[in-house]
Amino acid sequence: MTLAMSEPEPPQKSWWRSNQQRATPWLFLAPGMFMFGLYVIYPIIASFRLSFFKYDGLGTKVWLGLANYQELFSDPAFKTSLYNNVLWLILYLLAVPLGLGIAIFLNQTVRGIRIYKSLFFFPFVISQVVVGLIFSWFYAPNFGLLYSVIEFFTGKGVAILADPVLATYGIIAAGLWPQIAYCMILYLTGLNNVAPDQIEAARLDGAKGLKMLWYVILPQLRPATFIAVVVTVIGALRSFDLVSIMTKGGPFGSTRVLSYYMYEQALSEYGYRMGYGAAIAVVLFAIMMVFISGFIWKMVRDERGNR
Amino acid sequence: MFPRPIQQSTPATRVIYQIALPVALFLWLFPLLGVAMTSVRPASDLAQGNYFGMPSYFAWHNYVEIFQNSPIGRYIFNSFKVTIPTVIGTVALSCMTGFALGIYRFRGNLLIFFLFVAGNFVPFQILMVPVRDLTFGMGLYNTTAGLALFHIAFQTGFCTLFMRNFIAALPRELIEAARVEGVAEWRIFWYIVVPLMRPAIAALSVLVFTFIWNDFFWATVLTTSASTQPVTAGLSSLNGQWIAAWQLVSAGSIIAALPPVAMFFLMQRHFIAGLTLGAVK
Repeated sequence: MTLAMSEPEPPQKSWWRSNQQRATPWLFLAPGMFMFGLYVIYPIIASFRLSFFKYDGLGTKVWLGLANYQELFSDPAFKTSLYNNVLWLILYLLAVPLGLGIAIFLNQTVRGIRIYKSLFFFPFVISQVVVGLIFSWFYAPNFGLLYSVIEFFTGKGVAILADPVLATYGIIAAGLWPQIAYCMILYLTGLNNVAPDQIEAARLDGAKGLKMLWYVILPQLRPATFIAVVVTVIGALRSFDLVSIMTKGGPFGSTRVLSYYMYEQALSEYGYRMGYGAAIAVVLFAIMMVFISGFIWKMVRDERGNR
Repeated sequence: MFPRPIQQSTPATRVIYQIALPVALFLWLFPLLGVAMTSVRPASDLAQGNYFGMPSYFAWHNYVEIFQNSPIGRYIFNSFKVTIPTVIGTVALSCMTGFALGIYRFRGNLLIFFLFVAGNFVPFQILMVPVRDLTFGMGLYNTTAGLALFHIAFQTGFCTLFMRNFIAALPRELIEAARVEGVAEWRIFWYIVVPLMRPAIAALSVLVFTFIWNDFFWATVLTTSASTQPVTAGLSSLNGQWIAAWQLVSAGSIIAALPPVAMFFLMQRHFIAGLTLGAVK
């Protein structure tokens, strides 16, 4: 570098020649980093800032300090949302073992099994809006299928989405449908790559059934399990579409989750309280960061191990 | 193979398995089948309480009706207007970022890579207000272009993860050999790496297509009118208008689900390869 500088005006081309390997990655990164910085990194910082202000989206921002956060602590709707998020997180994780169960069930080579696998995967491909509508129909009072079935057995139907206690469970069940399909496909791919010789060896040692699954198969499925847990946790915390389509947070706000409550506060007809919304988003972000840093930490470790 | 191949078990088990398969599938897709049936049920059936039996006739006109009496055709067109540019944009950007991060070793490489990965996991709500303000500021609020631009930027995170891992697994000797020959770096990218990335590009295209087609949150935040809303947001507002007209809601749902479903069945191998990236070592 210093040598080149002391030379009298090197022609453009030779600078490029000697530095192109160092400059190229940055040139290739530039457009992607610019877009990502503008639409993802900057908004995160801006939201943090906004959470200290009162802002209706048009007028001027008024500094509030920590008032938005203080308000959160005494806001019952916030508590409900937080509680529901925990519920989502725990129940949504059922998708992982259930997906594994279906994958094991389907991991055979019989006629037409490929079509079965595709059709089992089907719910993941369709939009959550459509999934929400399908389940709204399924749960609908008086004529909904589930309602009718319950009515047939107990004599009295249950309108799940109109019941403040049951509604959230109903929505989570709808969310599990595509999520199980996703986990299933991850495990099917994983099962495809399980080392056959290890299974044979374990069989000779008399391992079978659950023991085989736990000690021989699951350790080999670790990468699939990791991804299944990551996407399920993120999916649970991102749940918005289903709540919005199926109940709009109701009845009586009982199905709100943080992502939906934030939207409600910041953008819906309940008012344009964007500062307060940003504070909710920051809390959600903080919760997610706990998981994200865990995932990233593991990925960085794997990455270092590979090199 | 786990579990033990069914061919090695008793004939009785085999028969049970062969019966269990379609039964399980039927139960699994039951809600969907119900909606598909409802979409061809005449309104009179629903009025008379015939919810589950055979439709008195197949009311294909439900499908005609939604196209005639609602802007669903327009919604679908808008969805394409958002989805296709997003697919092209993200694939282009992430080929480049993936190339930079997968081939070159420089300070900050891993840091930038994990910034992309982490950004891809953040909750949408932390981006919502600033992105909306930004889109307003650019005069792109309530346009398909504004929505597509955001999607391109956001999906670049996931796609960079995907492309970078794909490129890092390519044989390095190819690139070294080209360098020894004195091939310029951008030519290495264009003539050597990009052709090898075809399977990754195909996988990402179908995945991004599906993700963006199915996006609802950003469609609600960044578009408001029937002339710009994609089909997910459109369906949600139609659902509000068609209260209790379940045959129409069902037909609309089926229509909205069709493009990604078709994509999936046509490009299944790529789709699953993309989705299960990293699920095996």
